[in-house]
This record gives sequence, C-alpha cells and structure tokens, in this order.
Amino acid sequence: MEQTTIALTWGVVLILLPLAGAMLAFLFRRVATLIGIGTAVATSFTAVALARAVIMDGTLHHAVGGWGAPLGIDLRADGLSVLMLLMTAAVGLAISLYAPAYFRDESRKAEQFWPLWLFLWTGLNALFLSADIFNLYVTLELLGLAAVALTALPGRADALTGAMRYLLATLLGSLLYLLGVALLYHGFGSVDIAILAVRVEPSPVVWAALGLMSTGLLLKTALFPLHFWLPPAHASAPAPVSALLSALVVKASFYILLRLWLEIFGTLGEGVDTLFGLLGAVAILWGSLQALRQTRLKLLIAYSTVAQLGYLFLAFPLAVTAGATAWSAVAYLALSHALAKAAMFLAAGNLLRFGGHDRIADLDRVVQRLPLTTGAFALAGVSIMGLPPSGGFIGKWLLLETALAQGRWGLAAVMILGGLLAAGYIFKVLGHAFTEAPETHEPIEVPASMEWAALLLAMGAVLLGFLAVPALSLIGIGDPFGASEVMP
Amino acid sequence: MNWDAWIPLLVIASSLLPGLIIFGLAEDRVRTRTLLNLLGASVKLALVGWMLWGVYHGHHFETRLALLPDLELVLRAGPLSLLFVTLSTGLWLVTTVYAIGYLEGSLHRSRFFGFFNLCVTATVGVALSGNLITFLVFYELLTLATYPLVVHRGTEAARLAGQTYLAYTIFGGALLLLGTVWLYTLTGTLEFTPRGFLEGVEEGHRPALVVIFALLVAGFGVKAALVPLHGWLPKAMVAPAPVSALLHAVAVVKAGAFGIVRVVYDVFGVEYAAGLGVTGPLAVVAAVTIIYGSLRALFQDDLKRRLAFSTVSQVSYIVLGVAIVGPVATIGGVVHLVHQGVMKITLFFCAGNLAETLGIHKVSEMNGVGRRMPWTMAAFTVGAFGMMGAPPIAGFISKWYLGLGALEAGQGWVIFVLAGSSLLNAAYFLPILHAAWFREPPVVWPEEHDFGRKETAWALLLPPLITAVMALGVGLLASVPFSPLEWSKLIAAREFYRP
Repeated sequence: MEQTTIALTWGVVLILLPLAGAMLAFLFRRVATLIGIGTAVATSFTAVALARAVIMDGTLHHAVGGWGAPLGIDLRADGLSVLMLLMTAAVGLAISLYAPAYFRDESRKAEQFWPLWLFLWTGLNALFLSADIFNLYVTLELLGLAAVALTALPGRADALTGAMRYLLATLLGSLLYLLGVALLYHGFGSVDIAILAVRVEPSPVVWAALGLMSTGLLLKTALFPLHFWLPPAHASAPAPVSALLSALVVKASFYILLRLWLEIFGTLGEGVDTLFGLLGAVAILWGSLQALRQTRLKLLIAYSTVAQLGYLFLAFPLAVTAGATAWSAVAYLALSHALAKAAMFLAAGNLLRFGGHDRIADLDRVVQRLPLTTGAFALAGVSIMGLPPSGGFIGKWLLLETALAQGRWGLAAVMILGGLLAAGYIFKVLGHAFTEAPETHEPIEVPASMEWAALLLAMGAVLLGFLAVPALSLIGIGDPFGASEVMP
Repeated sequence: MNWDAWIPLLVIASSLLPGLIIFGLAEDRVRTRTLLNLLGASVKLALVGWMLWGVYHGHHFETRLALLPDLELVLRAGPLSLLFVTLSTGLWLVTTVYAIGYLEGSLHRSRFFGFFNLCVTATVGVALSGNLITFLVFYELLTLATYPLVVHRGTEAARLAGQTYLAYTIFGGALLLLGTVWLYTLTGTLEFTPRGFLEGVEEGHRPALVVIFALLVAGFGVKAALVPLHGWLPKAMVAPAPVSALLHAVAVVKAGAFGIVRVVYDVFGVEYAAGLGVTGPLAVVAAVTIIYGSLRALFQDDLKRRLAFSTVSQVSYIVLGVAIVGPVATIGGVVHLVHQGVMKITLFFCAGNLAETLGIHKVSEMNGVGRRMPWTMAAFTVGAFGMMGAPPIAGFISKWYLGLGALEAGQGWVIFVLAGSSLLNAAYFLPILHAAWFREPPVVWPEEHDFGRKETAWALLLPPLITAVMALGVGLLASVPFSPLEWSKLIAAREFYRP
C-alpha cells in the first residue's frame, strides 16, 4: 500500500510540475522559453515514470492530502489514463520543441504562449487523473479558458472572432456539464465516480443529468452538429496552438464522456448510443466532404478533425455487445489521431511560414523545397486515411471488425467511405506539392526544429501500427472497459 | 539463434534500408546512391538465392511479428512466394541498372530512387506475405510508394494521372479491406494455406463468401487492370520509362494478379471456389479483358499506350489460367506470372530507349528504326514475338499450357479466346516490327541524342538485352529443373493433389 502511494506521487508531480512551470514562465518572462522547454521535458519524463509504475503495480489511487472520497480529491491512474497522459506528453513535447522556433521573431507572443500552454498541460494532466466529476469540471474549465486564450494569441480579427465563438461554446459546454454534476450530487450525494456508479439508478434526475452533461461534452468535443466553433478556431490559431487544440483538447472532453459512459451511464443510455453512433457517422461524412471542399490548408485539416472525431463516436453503438474491443479501438484511434493531427498542423505551420499563405493550389513544389515537412504531412495522412502501416489502420481495423461481426453494415460502410474521402483530401494537398504553382512567391526559410517536430510526430503515428499489442495491453490495465462488458 | 526466421525480414530490409538512406542523400552524391542501389539489389538477389537453395534442402523460412492481439505479420517463403519474389528481385536488379542510366543528369534522383526502393520493398513484401493481412499491408504500401513515382515529373498531366491512379487503387484497397475484415470475422484466421482455409466455414455463410470473393477479386482486380477497372493504367504512362517497366512487369499490375492467385488458391482453394460457382464468372471477366485490351491496343499510336493496353490483356492470362480450374491451366496461369514480366519489361525498356535516344514516342515514328538501333529492336522483336505466343519464346509455353488446360477442364471456348487474342497481338505488334525493320528511316529523328558509336548508353542497352535473353531462355529451357515452368508444376501439384 505504501508503495502504491509513492507511485502515484508521480501523478501529483505530473500536475504540479507544469503548474509551477507556468507560474515561473509568467514571472520570468525573459526566460519563458527556457523554462517552458525544461518543464516539457521534465513533465514527459514524469509521465513515463507514472506509466512504468502503473505497468508494474496496476491501477493506482491517491487521496490528495490524505482526504479520501467522498470528501477529498481523489486521483486515479489506470491504463486508459496512462495512455492519455502519454499521448499528451508526446504531443506536448513535440509542440514545445516546435514553438521556440515558431515564435522566434515574436518574443511577446512567446511570453504569452508558454504560461498558457503549460497551464493547459496542467489542466490536461489533472483531467486524465481525476476520479470525481466535480474535479473533472474544474479541470475542464481550466482547459477551456487556457485554450481560448491561446486561440486569441495572434490578435488578428479572424483569430479574435474564432476565439470568441470558441469561448461561448466552451463556456456553454462547461455550464451544461456543471448543471449535470449538480443534479447528480443532489440526487445521490457524491461526486466520486466509483460511488456514483454504485448508487445511480434509472430515474428522471439521472436522465436529465445524462442529457445535460452529454450535450455539454459533445459541444466541447465538436461532434456534428455542434462542431460549428471548431474550424474557425483551429484554423486561425498559431500552428502549435492548432496542433494542441486538435490533438489534445477535444480528446479531453471526449475522455470525460467516455469515463461517464463506462462507469455511470452505460447501462442507462438505451437509445443514446444509437444517437451518438448516428451523429458520429454524419460527422465523418460531413466533415470529410467539407474538408474536400476547402481551398485553405488549415481549414482542410480542421474539418478533417471534425470527421475524425466522428470515428470515436461510432464505438458507442458497437460497444453494447463488444465493449472491450470497440473501446480499445477508440482509444487507439484517439491516440493515433492526436499524433497524426498534431503533425499535420505543425506541417501546415511550416508551409504557411515558408510560402506566406496556405492556399492548397499554390503550394508550388514544396515536396522539393521542404521534403521533411511534406513527408510529415504524408505520413500523418497515412494514419488519418487509416492505411497500413499506421495506428489509424489498427484502430480502424478493430472498429471495422466489431462492426462486421455484429452485422452493422451501415457503420462499416461509413468507416470505409470516410477512409476514401480522407484519401481524397490528403492527396489533394500532396498532388499540388509536386506541381508548379501558378503564382510564385519569395520563400522564407523554415528552421529544422520545426520540420523535425512535425516529422517525428508523424513517424510516431506510423510506428503505432507496429505497437498495437503492447499498447492494447497497457490500455487494458485496471480493466477500464470492463464495466460495460456484457458477460456471455 | 535460428537464422532462417530472419531471412525473409532481411529480404525486406535489403531494399527498405537503402531506400531510407537514399532519401537523405544530397542530389549530387551519384556514386553513393548508385552503390547503395546496386548493393541492395544484389544483396536481395543473394538472399533470395539462399532461400531457394534452403527451401530445396528442406529449410523453412518464416518471420512472424505481432501486429494485433490475434493477428501476426507473417513473411514466409513458400513455393508461390519464391516464384514471385525471384521474378521481382531479378528484374529489379536489371531495372535499377536501367533507371540509373535513364535518369542520368535529371532532377530529384534521390527522391526517385528512395521511392523506387520502397516500391520494391512493398512488392517483395507482397510476394512473401504468409497471410492476407500482411498482403494487405504491403499491397497498400505499394500504392503509396508508387504514387510519387507516377507524379515524378511534376507536370499538371502527371498530377492528374496520379489522381486517377489513386482514385482507382485506394478504392480497390477499400474493397480489399472490407473483404478481408469480413472474412476474418467468419474464419478467425487469414493464414494462406494450400487448398484454402474455408473448409470449416458453416454452410449458411456461402452467400457471404461469394460476396467476399467478389470484394477481394475486385480489390486486386483494380491493380491487375481487369476490365472495367483498368482505366488508370494507360494514364499512368506519363511516368518515366523505368517506372512503367516496374509497374507493368514487376510491381503493381503483377501484385494485383498475384493477389488473385493467392485468393483463389490459398484463401478459398480452387476447388472450393469452383464449388461456390465464382470461378466461371472470373474466367469470363478475364476473357473479356484479354480481348478488350488487345482491341484497344490495336488503335493506339502512342507506343507506351499500346504496350499498356497489351498489359491489360496479357495479365489476364494469369487470371484466366487460375479461373479455368484444372492443374494444367494452373501451370499455364502461374508460369505466365513470370513470362509476362520478363517479356513486358523488355518491351518497355526498348520503348524507353527509343524515346531517350531518338525522341520516338509514337508507332508512326518508328519507320526504319531497326537500322538505327538494331540491338534495341532485336530485343523488342523477341518480346513482341513472345507476346504473340511464337515458339520457342516464353509466351508460347504459357499459351500452350493454358490451351491444354482449358481442354482438360472441358472449357473449349477458352481456345477461341486464346486464338483471337494471339491474332490481335499479331495485328498490333507485326506492323511495328514491319515498320521498324523494312521501312525507310526518316531523314531526321524527332529528337536525337548522340551516344558516339554505340546506338545508345550501355546502361540502357544491356537491360533489354538481358531480359530478352531471359525470355528466350525460360522458353527454351522450360523443362530444366528450377525453371519457372517446373516450379509452377510443383505449385499446381500442391494445390490439386493431397500430399
């Protein structure tokens, strides 16, 4: 028991470290970049240390300050949490290596970026470790505010409009979620997920809470038709911010929804799972078609996020009879998407820097001029399209397998169609990378660290195609998906 | 330490690693690049030779890597794998020499050879795949690796051709994925097994199996250019000549045909497939493709396009041999996998030589070219006669076994398809040969390059000569042990007679 407590100390460190980094970076602006990079490296190591502890000892619990549930703050780390924390660490580290070069000529922006980004990282880590629904609310709110502030960073009109829409969406989402929390607390006298899981029984209060919390979280996860805020916000933000918004922030609210579903609402949500699946399917088709229509690269990638998030929701109807496989597939898809999408946004940032614009038709032979960046975009694209070998392929294979085993032909067709459309928009970009642009322009040099950050992330997404067996066994630690498994 | 388990992986690595290194090489490091290319190709050939020797002496070469909880990435050197891997490795070495000569002095060679190596890596992976998911992985990798080669020239026409190529192949890949996953949910295994692995599937799933067969064959049929899925192939002719040679003889088209062979023999089992009633329609599709391709070839003035339609036609001989259902036809189909490759690559090399040396791209510009480039045209002539099925060149052996097999299986109509196709082959190849050898050459060639006293560069001339000799050799020496024909007989025996 003693050992377990020590082990989850890593979890506490994982929250306090980026928080301290954020404060230091805010206080000592001159060296903000240095503090930021140092914190990012240390936080990543801590995440790995925590993962090691969980692999050795299984699920870890920790009561902060010795006050356990139902009063105090409970932290918990099982396989799913660890996977999310590692995902955050990997993407976070790459973004932290990318950002210094990106903000090189704008020291004021850099000073504002680092505290906010480390603050956001704190929120993410705390969220993935929280074991009660009120803490989840607090972290969600922190996350939302930091994300909005980062979106507004460029200070241009389009960025401010995007950020304003984002702010309204995120506040409304949090508010809805909080109402649900209040209802559950009022009805069942606890905010601890494990306690609620035991106490909750079908009643109007639960259904109201389910409706409110789900809607709030869907809004934050940008599931169709609540995705309206995402494309402008993600497309107008600076490249490293777009990357972390698309890769991490939307996954956080999805993670909460998943946790609630697995442990509290799963058995009550008759019919809701079908609705989620349906919305997910529409999101895939709509998002992909919109992506295909875009002429600007960053908007294309943003709509691709809308589409890819749809895949995560296909698992809800499938999980009714094949819980563990469907949820593992979703976790794997979320992870692969995080790496691939971050790589894509960083690559887009390089192209934008290089050419001064992101019009797809005017890319002008970038494959010759920025081979590493084009390579990063292409490799990330392989995973987004779900082609082998990549993490996206593994996730899609598992999801497709469950769909076909259950005879869900509609869902299978949507997955296949989504892959085809994704190939359409990815190769629309890559095709122009080979040809000469109608308009030429003076290129600006892109630092090597920006190219490599994108490429390493993309290579990670491809490498996940070979790591399915260890990664899936890591996710299974603590049996996070067991609750919804129907025993044969 | 068991080395046998590592050899298939090394065969993959012998082109993957040089490819990755070449990506990082500066453009002007010609020697290092050439060295890496040739070293990789030679090492691969040596390893494949080692595997041939080993399998003959009872070794078992198999690499297994975990891919998913219940599925593995399997590379295995079985008889069918070895046939294809030997073909692609041998021809790759020749094509590498040719490509080095062809691209001398042109731009972006590091990129080109990087993807060129990836392309061969994928092909060899396809050849060595021991189960359907491994096949799928390498098959998709092949699509991705060839795309940059097709659009290599970077013109608007190349971009559009690349788009068409992808539209077809990605769609095919999606069908394949659907069929593979569906099959997996029914069988729980995807391991290639002689005579198939479907014996245990319930009777009630037979309609589903028919649909799965259609999905898999359509998925492979896109690359194998079965009519009506062949539209990308003539367009992809914008690619440089070595790429066309590779696409037509070794990699893409052949991988599709090989996939169909795998599906019929090692997934369904040919007799099981016949029992499902799916081989009849497949034979009809193949026959239609054979005739249609030849008819279209007849009307092309662009030499490479004519050859492309000829490929559409010729590759379906393989499918036809598979679909006739009988040991002798199987021999004919499987051996054509090799024969078509050797002959077609010769023709493409020659077409590339004409374009590079004299600027000739059209059949109507070929008058008297035999006098200017006798060696090239001699090789071309061997390839063309082989395609027509003239003995003793390789193509004759294929057609002989196909015809014999059709009679044995009681499908006499196939004879008419073969005869009609041979006539059409003659109709589109003989005028070329006549013009090249017997007409007067023009005063000036469209765009002549000077190679001194030689008719063209050595690196361009040697490859077609080598492959032409090979095309003659595999025909003349068909009954020598280890010839493609003898090897195909072994494969057919495994499929039709229980050990």
